[in-house]
Amino acid sequence: MSRIELRGISKRFGDTPVLNDIDLSIAAGEFCVFVGPSGCGKSTLLRLLAGLEDPCAGEIEIDGVLVNDLPPAQRNVAMVFQSYALYPHMSVFQNMAFGLQHRKLPAGEIERRIADAVRILQLDGLLQRRPKELSGGQRQRVAIARAIVRQPKVFLFDEPLSNLDAALRVQTRLEIARLHRALGSASMVYVTHDQVEAMTLADRIVLLQPLAGRNDAASVAQAGAPLALYHHPANRFVAAFIGSPAMNFVDATVQSLGDGRVLADAHGMLCAAQLSPQGLAVGEPVTLGIRPEHVLLGEGAQRARVSHVEHLGEVSHVYLELPGVSTPLLAKSACDDIAIYDVLAFDLPAQAMHLFRADGVAQARGDAAERSVAAVNG
Amino acid sequence: MVKAGAVLQVLPSRAAPRQRRFPWGSIGYWVASLLFIFVSVFPLLYALSSSLKQGRGLFSPALWPEAPTFANYSGVFAEQPFAQNLLNSLLVAGSVVTLSLGLSLMAAWAFARVEFRGRGLLLMLILSASMLPQVAVLSGMFELVRAFGLYDTLGALVIADLVLTLPFTVWVLVTFMRQLPKELEEAAAMDGVGVLTLVFRVYMPLLWPALVATGLLAFIAAWNEFLFALTFTLSTEARTVPVAIALISTPSGFELPWGKIMAASVIVTLPLVALVVVFQRRIVSGLSAGAVKG
Repeated sequence: MSRIELRGISKRFGDTPVLNDIDLSIAAGEFCVFVGPSGCGKSTLLRLLAGLEDPCAGEIEIDGVLVNDLPPAQRNVAMVFQSYALYPHMSVFQNMAFGLQHRKLPAGEIERRIADAVRILQLDGLLQRRPKELSGGQRQRVAIARAIVRQPKVFLFDEPLSNLDAALRVQTRLEIARLHRALGSASMVYVTHDQVEAMTLADRIVLLQPLAGRNDAASVAQAGAPLALYHHPANRFVAAFIGSPAMNFVDATVQSLGDGRVLADAHGMLCAAQLSPQGLAVGEPVTLGIRPEHVLLGEGAQRARVSHVEHLGEVSHVYLELPGVSTPLLAKSACDDIAIYDVLAFDLPAQAMHLFRADGVAQARGDAAERSVAAVNG
Repeated sequence: MVKAGAVLQVLPSRAAPRQRRFPWGSIGYWVASLLFIFVSVFPLLYALSSSLKQGRGLFSPALWPEAPTFANYSGVFAEQPFAQNLLNSLLVAGSVVTLSLGLSLMAAWAFARVEFRGRGLLLMLILSASMLPQVAVLSGMFELVRAFGLYDTLGALVIADLVLTLPFTVWVLVTFMRQLPKELEEAAAMDGVGVLTLVFRVYMPLLWPALVATGLLAFIAAWNEFLFALTFTLSTEARTVPVAIALISTPSGFELPWGKIMAASVIVTLPLVALVVVFQRRIVSGLSAGAVKG
């Protein structure tokens, strides 16, 4: 049974459509991450769940109860805001107790819950401080603690790490993952624009795309496990969004079709792709995609000149000039002795190729794809 | 200026004439400041000095009285119900401050946070209410006060003074309320609090500096208010201080008791001075730091 059920959700601000036709179910105890570029409506979707916005169409069910008409406090959800939104004039203790006192919980129960939250989030000794006397990380932990003491069925996180510095962000990310394990049955819905947070935290990623004024497009570009989105992107948008640096795309035309194999001509370069040829026709314009980490350097029949190199230490980003293509092909390499203007051999392994039709829809890849990619990398 | 100085040290030939230039700027500043202080403080000093003089001493222009006496002060309380008048003023000004802050806080929340049709128009109307001169509303207000049966009571003054203070307090608080982060309200919504709790337990503590500043100004307006107080009260016992002072007279009626008038004026000034001194720090302090990421 699912904890959250969204059916046909649409939201528009004035004449601008923000969310369109969202059907989604989130299981009890699941960690679901809404991710997408800015303007895709991910925060709005979270606020719909919280009850801070009302949908224009559709139904929201939380824990089996239709909550469309329920105020936020009665939805069994707790929210952690990006800006923390702590009450500045109250101490940490009062911040946590405020909502509970309002729900007329007995004082002993309030004390017990706060003590639990303090233990989980290591807030000892901070209870009497005001928010302005806390560091950013501490404020974030207080905001999470304020959500915990409500013992909600669903936690809603709205970009909780975006105000923290890089080191603290990694640490808090681990803490949130730990928290999710500790709280067990509570579902978490987490909004971020950072795909690393999405990939590392999520049981399931819901990737949203901006509607850009179109009414016909669906908001959810793809929903699934992080690695499913990585290996089997449903369309070009997903393929481009997931993965860093982003996937390389090259325009091509279909040359020939075989059994589980497509041969395409990309500006004179013949590329084989190991994927289903179903629905493709010879001569059809398509887009080939390959992730930088799957481009093999130093082997294969192709040759290209290095136009730029970025040495990051653990890996180097190598930009290869392809004839007739304006954007260079990006490859990740472990070698750090590659220099600009070197001419390198490279190979685009057929099992690592993605292929998108003119409308952006991805051609289905075999389940074997990810295993063989792993073999290539190994 | 520090930067310019550093550069000029490298170019001594240009620095020298520059440093010797006559400091017109700072002289002008000091002259203007002294003039300002003199103009604002002199009347108070003069009142203080006159209140300590008696009889023919009043007609000497010396600031320091020859024989200082507190007889005027005791006289003010002995010859009329001045203590009662002070209490009246305190009651009126206190109620006006409480009522106008409470009402305008709620109004400010509605104007700043709730979207409704005609919001801008209503705000303009409230502002335009403060454009009307007191004399223009006086007769209408008089009829109103009579209709409510409030003539010659303090209630009449409270209502009339609210008309003076509310437009101002509403506008100031709306401005401050708009600056508070909206997330706080959403956090409160998640906590399930109602509108009144939100306004008085979340927003009011955050608006404290603004409340003190506007409350102080409302208090001063009500404390000093003369025209309404003169018109809507009749009996000596219902008068507020400004009217009482204006109507201080000698038993003979042929002489103006300047000493007592000045003594009463000084007494009336003291509460205001005390209030400003007590609250000036509160006005400056910004409590909202730390609400959202600083």
